[in-house]
Amino acid sequence: MTARIFAYVAHVNGVPDDAASELLAGAKRIDAAATPTAIVTGTGEELDAACRALQDSYAEIWKISNESLAYPNAELVRKALVAVLPPGSIVLLSHSHFGVDLGPGLSVKLGAASVSDVVDIQGIEGNILKVVRQEFGGQLSAHVRCDISTGAVINLRPGAFKPLQGASPAGGSVVDKSSAVGALSAGRRYLETVVAEAADVDISKEPVLVSIGRGMQEQENVAIAQELADAMGAVLSCSRPVVDAKWLPKSRQVGSSGQTVRPKVYMACGISGSFQHLAGIKGNPFMIAINKNPKAPIFQVADIGIVDDVLEFLPELTTKIRETVK
Amino acid sequence: MEILVCVKRVPDTSENEITLNRAGNDIERDDLVYSVNEWDNYAVEEALQIVERLGGNVTVATVGGEDDEEILRREMAMGAKGSALISDEAFEGSDSAGIATLLKAFVQKNRFDLILTGVQAEDGAAQVGGMLAAMLDYPFASLVSSIEVLNEKKLRVTREIEGGNKELNETDLPCVLSIQTGINEPRYVGMRGIRQVASIVIPTLGASELGIDKNSVGKIAAKVQRTDYFVPVLGKGAEMLGGSREKVIDKVIELVKAKGGLK
Repeated sequence: MTARIFAYVAHVNGVPDDAASELLAGAKRIDAAATPTAIVTGTGEELDAACRALQDSYAEIWKISNESLAYPNAELVRKALVAVLPPGSIVLLSHSHFGVDLGPGLSVKLGAASVSDVVDIQGIEGNILKVVRQEFGGQLSAHVRCDISTGAVINLRPGAFKPLQGASPAGGSVVDKSSAVGALSAGRRYLETVVAEAADVDISKEPVLVSIGRGMQEQENVAIAQELADAMGAVLSCSRPVVDAKWLPKSRQVGSSGQTVRPKVYMACGISGSFQHLAGIKGNPFMIAINKNPKAPIFQVADIGIVDDVLEFLPELTTKIRETVK
Repeated sequence: MEILVCVKRVPDTSENEITLNRAGNDIERDDLVYSVNEWDNYAVEEALQIVERLGGNVTVATVGGEDDEEILRREMAMGAKGSALISDEAFEGSDSAGIATLLKAFVQKNRFDLILTGVQAEDGAAQVGGMLAAMLDYPFASLVSSIEVLNEKKLRVTREIEGGNKELNETDLPCVLSIQTGINEPRYVGMRGIRQVASIVIPTLGASELGIDKNSVGKIAAKVQRTDYFVPVLGKGAEMLGGSREKVIDKVIELVKAKGGLK
């Protein structure tokens, strides 16, 4: 194993992304003896703060300071990385909104192989990196072999790699690579971030959520779930397809591109349980899942599972709860 | 505006339980319901809405076999004027980079101002659009949730980012965008629409038509290969409640009450 491992670490206002420790854990899964190098891009004091924060966990940090990298535009970051990475490198990214933007194009420009949304790493055999991915919305996993002889760009699923415990401080050195990167320009330019509008209900603060998914089938069936929520004194939330179909507003969406919730009780009704949805559920709530597909991934993470048609189950549950509460 | 939309035919996960075949090397494909990848359908609708406003044509293309013609026809029933089935034995087993290489060759035989893909397909890879853009040296934006055409050379696009927030970008044309679900409401395609395009001949393009070196695509060039599928074990797994619905409901109420879920 001679390939050098790098981890691109994003940061906001000088605070490294949570993925920093997950990428480090991923690197150790590739090679337990590896000392991966973190790469951080940006400008000024924020960049220096992000580098300092990584010194405890990474033995080496490459800093790329460039005025045009103040906001992480994937095309500009790609050009900077191509300028500094040695041939044959393994580059680890988080499979985040940014990693999805950066990874595929970076692999093309490096002439490297690319695997995205990796949930487990089994190790290296010769030039083959063996990893695990998921397909069909998490219903099946797949073993994947990746030829790393010309390098690789590997996107790791957020949350899939547990940070290492008890590692001694790395006391990392910061190496300034800025001079290797010249003036940068891109065909796509960042203008501004549009913050989500305030909602009528803040689901992130609600203790009990009745959450609905595609299994509700039609807009008029949303009322069935609303009646249950009312009977329970709960609030209605949902998964992405419900918002796509405009049955509920975006502010009710739980998931990586929606809200992060921390309820005590989460009742998932007709939700299959994609990782993007599960990423929005924190605090280990008591989760009850009702889905007519016994293979739905939600049953892997729920506490209680019920294989039934939500359209029949929920009205009966509502009726019984009304009798109980009365 | 000339727009290419890259589409894929996939097993419909909302209609099927996806299970392993007996050998464990593929999914059980008998009796599967296939449809156009959900994300791609939004991409085609978006392309159609743009040409309805500004003029031009929408072309749909897919890499696959004979069976994949049906989705091209479906998207033509939605309103796409051009289509191409990129198909050759040598293309089988292509990884994402191989698919992008084939689409690049198709793009270079034509002239498109804008290329759309879905964010991802059933394999969740979300790679082809970004790879295609890099191969063509076009700008790329993933997770696109709105498109505004500023002029013949520029778009304003929003990308979905964390927490329901959006990132506003300006991009030069031509470019590649990967389209997120929910960007629009894809139109309904009825049987009548399908019948109207039933007799259209869809051109099939192989390695020689595309001028592709057979060793640059397919299994032979694939650096990334899936060896088999298996059933995932993510957590400890839920305690499954069985028996009569009435008993299940009583148990649910008891548990929810105990966890403070009833006011």
